[in-house]
Amino acid sequence: MHFVVKNKSLLQEINLKAKTGEFWAIVGANGAGKSTLMKLLSKELVPTSGKISFHEKDLKKYNLKELAQKRAVLAQQNVITLSFTVHEIVLMGRYPFYESKPSQRDLSIVDHCLHKVGIIHFKDRMYPTLSGGEQQRVQLARTLAQIWEVREGFILLDEPTSGMDLLHQYETFQLAREMTQKGYGVIAVVHDLNFALQYADRILMLKKGKIFASGTPNEVLTGKNIKEAFGVSVRIIQPDDTPFPVIIPEASPVAVI
Amino acid sequence: MIEEETITKAEQKAQKIAHKNFKQPLSPAWVILILGVVLLACVVFSVGTGALHISFSEIAGIVSHKIGLSDTPILEEQKEIVFWVIRLPRVCLGILVGAGLGIAGAALQGLFRNPIADATLIGVTSGASLFAVIVIMVNIKFFGIINEYAGAYTLSFSAFAGAALTTMIVYQLSKMTGDGGVTTMLLCGIAINAFVGALTGLMTYLATDEQLRTITFWTLGSLGGANWTTVISVAPFVGVSILFMPYLAKSLNLLVLGESQAAHLGVNMKILKRSIIVLATLAVGSSVAVAGTIGFVGLVVPHIIRSIFGPDNRYLLVGSAFGGAIVLTIADTISRTIVAPAELPIGILTALLGTPFFLYLLWNQKRNRV
Repeated sequence: MHFVVKNKSLLQEINLKAKTGEFWAIVGANGAGKSTLMKLLSKELVPTSGKISFHEKDLKKYNLKELAQKRAVLAQQNVITLSFTVHEIVLMGRYPFYESKPSQRDLSIVDHCLHKVGIIHFKDRMYPTLSGGEQQRVQLARTLAQIWEVREGFILLDEPTSGMDLLHQYETFQLAREMTQKGYGVIAVVHDLNFALQYADRILMLKKGKIFASGTPNEVLTGKNIKEAFGVSVRIIQPDDTPFPVIIPEASPVAVI
Repeated sequence: MIEEETITKAEQKAQKIAHKNFKQPLSPAWVILILGVVLLACVVFSVGTGALHISFSEIAGIVSHKIGLSDTPILEEQKEIVFWVIRLPRVCLGILVGAGLGIAGAALQGLFRNPIADATLIGVTSGASLFAVIVIMVNIKFFGIINEYAGAYTLSFSAFAGAALTTMIVYQLSKMTGDGGVTTMLLCGIAINAFVGALTGLMTYLATDEQLRTITFWTLGSLGGANWTTVISVAPFVGVSILFMPYLAKSLNLLVLGESQAAHLGVNMKILKRSIIVLATLAVGSSVAVAGTIGFVGLVVPHIIRSIFGPDNRYLLVGSAFGGAIVLTIADTISRTIVAPAELPIGILTALLGTPFFLYLLWNQKRNRV
């Protein structure tokens, strides 16, 4: 169970091996190629050269239906204008698994995923009437519903917490962590380095389409790496009462002229 | 594994209360039933109305006599002839054309993820119009020469060919010029429409007064040419569309999430796009070929159905087919009675009657939301 990517042009010499049970966080500045990498991994784009294998088989050899039953993707942008209810949207995650009528089990999984993400009380609300963060949680629930019964499935999340408030960001990462413990592989584009540090097993740091650093959070997220990949000086503080350090930018005061 | 247990438990619980809980949205069967009853009522009303009134009991008598339920024919034989030869084929054609326009409009709105999409966007209507106009002009100039070869159906046949050809050009262009996404196709459709429209305009410019009148009437649409032959020639095209389109409903639902998200959930966009365009062209092309361009139905009927039964394509597609049939049956009844013995073009009526109703629905939606 691994992904191997080798690609050129937008992304160069990317080499990555993700296992189930691992949470990979992809970090990097805007335009570093994070989303492109996610699209390659989800077969939305095909690498110009190089190969991606998924469960020891070439990704190109999977058809879309097979893939839909093995991995779920949460994309960055999810605009829906038609007034579908939250329940209907999440049920769409189960579409690859039934033909014309959802089984009682499909419906129960949907309910359970709605519970998991904490939006069961929105169940019958219209999706377009929800706020951005709430919509993102609905999409997360849909992604979960798709992967729920898959053994050794992969979950690809492109900025899963965009628009969410602090509590739900925290809960989302907690959930991703939980899924890896159940044997799923999670690969997520993460912007908040503190969350990456706290929850990821492995971190891939991209800079200008190349791997800048890769490894465990403590190895990758060093002051020097962050300075070079993001152009921001940070301080990494280890508080006495938390098991993980905290990254804070060294902000210079804004000069008012 | 505690979660697995909760799911299993919830499943069992849900099964227990399943028969009690009927608050689920209407199933497609109910939608079909409700709309079917309405359509049947419209059909009975429509076949009975006209210069010669046929009452409900007379209709029942005529039908039961024909299928052999009763031996006694009804007293007025004239009514029986009017029913079988004039009224029924016309109503059948109205149903077919309306259903074709409705289902194609709903499917194309889903495909383009755009509420203002309809068959005009992929070039079906403009292509059919151009070819029809050409035939009208050539036909009147060389009267009879073309008719000798293709019979009375030259116009229908070439309109259909024009519809299919234009759509094919739009589709191929979208593949050549862009990444083949639906947005490219939409833009190509608009471009080709403008071009074909210009050609039609040029032909209209060259047309004589008599030709102009024919062209205008064709553009406004009419079911006046209905007989059993036209019904039978349109039925397979519309039938195929109505039969196979609902199988695409689930994929169309996923498309609501976006093109790439639908692909992640296993929808093959290429196949989906091609099937919808082929099926829509069959339905609309054949409808336009026999009845001219009837506006409004393909655009607004799906909206009406959506606001009543919700946006789920499993109900929407079938519902729009029925809705289109109902709207066209009513509109045609009015079109042939309101200025009798003349006929008002049906395209005028669909828009005239539909627009206020549609605006009412929009207003109602807003009121419900606030």
